[in-house]
Amino acid sequence: MVVTTIISYLFLAVGCFLIVVASIGIIRFPDVYSRIHPAGKSDTLGQAMIFIGLMIYEGLSFVSIKLLIIVIFIFITNPTATHALVNAAHAAGLKPWEKGDDRN
Amino acid sequence: MNFVFTSIIMFVFWILLSGEFHFLLMLSGIVFSLFVAYISHDLLIGSDNIRLFSTRMLRFCRYVPWLVWQILLANLDLVYRTLHPKMPIDPQVIRFDTALRSDIGITVLANSITLTPGTVTIVANQDGEFIVHAIARKPAKDLLAGEMQAKVKRVEG
Repeated sequence: MVVTTIISYLFLAVGCFLIVVASIGIIRFPDVYSRIHPAGKSDTLGQAMIFIGLMIYEGLSFVSIKLLIIVIFIFITNPTATHALVNAAHAAGLKPWEKGDDRN
Repeated sequence: MNFVFTSIIMFVFWILLSGEFHFLLMLSGIVFSLFVAYISHDLLIGSDNIRLFSTRMLRFCRYVPWLVWQILLANLDLVYRTLHPKMPIDPQVIRFDTALRSDIGITVLANSITLTPGTVTIVANQDGEFIVHAIARKPAKDLLAGEMQAKVKRVEG
């Protein structure tokens, strides 16, 4: 019991860390296209890690199956939403930031 | 056939979400899964037949472990790039064409590109045209090497 609790805490900590890093990345990176990288990737895995941690804490039950379903949906919808955002930026004609440009 | 298959999936989903086995709940589950399947049986499986759909799903399950590994690598890479004081990024936009034509193949490839290290899909269309934003030179080169395309092609069959 204690071991599973510790493992689930570990997963929760890693998930929170990834989400914090994603937020820092969104602020630090220079333009929409590069900011979408942390938003699309770290958020997906961070949320998934948090839910997996909760699943391990809960053990095998209907609740953890529901959490698993949420994880699967996040893995499908999060990249899709990222793609929609970045596609909108592209359609609006935004030029990507390149190395050597000013950072603002 | 699509209709029956969709309603079975919907009913299994209902049981997983409800978690109870009263007669009334089961009955309403059957009624509602038939109703939902009637509205949406052409959405879940699309125009493909069941056999193709299920073999693709099985082959997709074999693709998932590699994808999860790539997602972990992607996050390590991103944590490094974000927290490094100099922020080692050199973004570029690359274009390529793929031989994939089916909806599921293109969707899986586009989402996989977004989730794997250093690349985000900007445009993906029916003709297999892709425009991808890469955060540095190396991820772009790795993507153009085409390992992922070959794997997705195997899922598509």
